[in-house]
Amino acid sequence: MRNVFLFIRRYFNLVFFLALQVVALMILFRFNKFHESVFDEFSNEITGSVNSRFNSVENYFALKKENEALRQQNAELLNKLKADFSWPDSSQQFISDTIRIDSLEQYRKFLFLPAKVISNSVNTQQNYLMLQRGSAQGVTPNMAVVGPSGIIGTVVNVSKNMSVVMSLLHRQSKVVAVMKKGSGFGEISWEGSNPHFVTLMKVPKTVQIQKGDTVVTSQFSDKYPPGYVIGIVEEVGNDESSGSYKLKVKTATDFFRIQNAFVVKNLQREELEALEKSIKKN
Amino acid sequence: MSDLLKNIIRFFVFILVQVLILDKINPLHRFITPYLYFLFILWLPFRIPRLGLSLLGFVFGLTLDFFTHTPGLHAAACTLIAYLRSFLIGLLRPKEAVEISYAEPSVTSMGLMPYATYVLLLTFVHHAYLVFLEFLEVGNILYFFGKVLASTGISLLLIAITEMLFNRKSRYRTNVA
Repeated sequence: MRNVFLFIRRYFNLVFFLALQVVALMILFRFNKFHESVFDEFSNEITGSVNSRFNSVENYFALKKENEALRQQNAELLNKLKADFSWPDSSQQFISDTIRIDSLEQYRKFLFLPAKVISNSVNTQQNYLMLQRGSAQGVTPNMAVVGPSGIIGTVVNVSKNMSVVMSLLHRQSKVVAVMKKGSGFGEISWEGSNPHFVTLMKVPKTVQIQKGDTVVTSQFSDKYPPGYVIGIVEEVGNDESSGSYKLKVKTATDFFRIQNAFVVKNLQREELEALEKSIKKN
Repeated sequence: MSDLLKNIIRFFVFILVQVLILDKINPLHRFITPYLYFLFILWLPFRIPRLGLSLLGFVFGLTLDFFTHTPGLHAAACTLIAYLRSFLIGLLRPKEAVEISYAEPSVTSMGLMPYATYVLLLTFVHHAYLVFLEFLEVGNILYFFGKVLASTGISLLLIAITEMLFNRKSRYRTNVA
């Protein structure tokens, strides 16, 4: 026993160093598995306030591009207004059903909450964004985040006024995708090297795919609104192990300059989850 | 300015420069990540005991981790170089006891070649360990070495620039006061 104590005293520096290493590695691997830890709760508010202060300066550099994107989105939305459509036949008259409108709120499935991006990274294997909108403003984990031009990621951690988003450029991010042409479901993931491209796997060979085809979110996703653009096929390749396509997809979102985003709230999520739970019980 | 105050200021400046400037630079290439923050550990005074160095490295790395959302990653790498630091200084220092004459490692206190070796080795170890942890799940050997070597090169360039820009006056310490 005495020798053990002597040993520890002699090598106390080494033991202390090893203990710190073990602590560091433990937090590292635990965090990546569960995407949550006590750790983040208090640090988010502090790092968030530093980031948002710097971001208010940094914003000016990308204003032009950002305006462009927002204007484009505005135009797209304006084009969807009812007033833009006229009826070809004058005998038909458009009447809105007032009863239906009164209860319209119940049919709404997705609600878009605007949020400002206060930090973003693209150069690690696990990229996260930080939004200035937290649980006090209605954000909960697992909500989708989209940008003006395409999808961005998923909320993984929320504090009172900030939230952390797992970027699409994260080694553990997975999104169900479909070809805009209508068929061919697959799974989007990131290989961890180039921030401009993601990979679409598991699309069966029966679907005809060409370079330039658009990839959008699927209607089966319980997070993402259906039909939201993910990217454009850049290269068509084969996955030899499974006999399906392996497509290189250029992301629609330019991850180098994200400034504004929308957190997407699925208003029917609770109902859906309750239903799924009841199936599992039986 | 006292050593303590100087190092506290350095602590925050290095973290902020890394988070607000270097991490925002668009990657020139997928292999290159500019890292400079760990120079804080290389510049710490000689007389901090090894125990304190390890602990300081851990806290410093963890502070950066809060910003990058990779808890433990930089902390592990910083603890490693903080621990190895004293061994390297022991091997590389000139014959007379520099710890007594000078406060912290620099070109003047250690000599150009020993200091360069000291920086080169610790930078390489830091990057190798960091990239090793980051790529543990990938296992692409070319990627690993490419990234370690490219980042080490860029870091050394940044350190060289920093050393030239901020000429640290390493005063010869005497007991005359």
